[in-house]
Amino acid sequence: MKNRVVITGLGVVAPNGVGISEFTKALKQGKSGIMFHQELADLKFSCQIGGIPTISDELKSKYFTDLQLRGFNSSGILYGCIAGIDAWKDAGFDSNPDSELDYDTGLIFGTGTSGVEKFREAIYKLDEGQVRRLGSTVVLQTMASGVSAYLSGMLGFGNQVTTNSSACTTGTEAVLMGFERIQNGKAKRMLVGSCSDHGPYVWGGFDAMRVMTYKHNDSPEEASRPMSATASGFVPGSGAGALVLESLESALERGAKIYAEVLGGEVNSGGQRQGGTLTAPNAEAVQRCITKAIQNSGVSSNDINVINGHLTATTKDGLEIENWTKALHRNGSNFPYINSTKSMVGHCLAAAGAIECVASIIQLEEQFIAPNINCEDLHPDIEAIVNREQIPTEKLNLNFDVIAKASFGFGDVNACVIFRKFK
Amino acid sequence: MTNNELIEKLKGIIAPYIQDEAAFENLNEDTDFVKDLKINSANLVDIILDIEDEFDIRLENEDMEKMLDVKSAMAIVNAKLDA
Repeated sequence: MKNRVVITGLGVVAPNGVGISEFTKALKQGKSGIMFHQELADLKFSCQIGGIPTISDELKSKYFTDLQLRGFNSSGILYGCIAGIDAWKDAGFDSNPDSELDYDTGLIFGTGTSGVEKFREAIYKLDEGQVRRLGSTVVLQTMASGVSAYLSGMLGFGNQVTTNSSACTTGTEAVLMGFERIQNGKAKRMLVGSCSDHGPYVWGGFDAMRVMTYKHNDSPEEASRPMSATASGFVPGSGAGALVLESLESALERGAKIYAEVLGGEVNSGGQRQGGTLTAPNAEAVQRCITKAIQNSGVSSNDINVINGHLTATTKDGLEIENWTKALHRNGSNFPYINSTKSMVGHCLAAAGAIECVASIIQLEEQFIAPNINCEDLHPDIEAIVNREQIPTEKLNLNFDVIAKASFGFGDVNACVIFRKFK
Repeated sequence: MTNNELIEKLKGIIAPYIQDEAAFENLNEDTDFVKDLKINSANLVDIILDIEDEFDIRLENEDMEKMLDVKSAMAIVNAKLDA
């Protein structure tokens, strides 16, 4: 008998809101967190806008000691630790350096790459023959598992502590990895999530691929346009999302607040076959991922009330919608409601899955659908298969039970998770 | 520079890294960086770099290996300054 798994804590650091209450407000208002960044213009980026969370020095010092902040230059670890600690406290636990080692709690916190700014600093010094002057934290800040190392030490976790990486699928994959660990009785609690650095050294490669929009440098809030006829590429974002997953038994025992239940999900790959490539999805594998996720969750496709899509505002949005209609065997007015958190925060890359899972849980918990901003001009290919009413552009209050969240990433990898209101 | 002035300067440099306030208050020539001040041994390399910057000297790997307490730090810094 497998354990049921519920969500008992949330934390988020997003471009349009830091902390659950601010982010919830932003989701309800359809607030964009996208801004123009002079640094990108100076470096001759085509896309000179992006989503960067606002973190004051005062806030930083609530999570990190002065010693930890000496020579610290890893925005992803910063965002990940804030979101992770917030989620842990939200679940009713303490964060203190002398807490007892907790062998029942583990951590899977993903990222794409870590501490690129720190790495750049180190490379410059090293090339000047100054390797001896790098200091003691270059490794900790630039190793992929840096965020997990910092977080687990702050919280004293003794179960599995690791970092996963699967491009833009990372955060959603981390949720499913933690889910399975609890389901199989290997841990009582798993803090899961993902983070991504901000800035030119992470975003430059995407700019070079011409997959980011260059048409909205003077109208940043209108730039991220998933599902729109005038979508012209994604807007880069950054941040972190974190969730405390817990066995239902442990949550009930503690009398913890339960946000929702993780019913199940699926992770797969299109193997870069049948139209799939390093950068494009194999449609059949995407559909299979969604279908299997629903099967594994013990629900039927008609039970899905709302979808939080991957929907980045590239030319692939139409294909994604088509894949959902085929996987669910639902279209037109029978299609679930669907939205893209990226219209407000941009594409937060490795952090996207976790931030959007948090957004999904908030919408389920507070029974609303966040607006899709910037898609008043719905793409005709999408309107041909799904009714416009299913893609709300204003906040919609709705009583609903089940939300599906999917993420897809470079390397032709897919993840889909199903959340249900706890009952 | 008198010994007292040197100790004060070293105290300012190591202050951010110490984990034992009481031992730091009572810092003297015999104070051990790791055993008494509970400094994370990984941070010793950062202290070396800060000392280099403060006194505009260069410390070699051999110096670093010897620099375990206040007394040895003072001796090495003095030797470099006199050289």
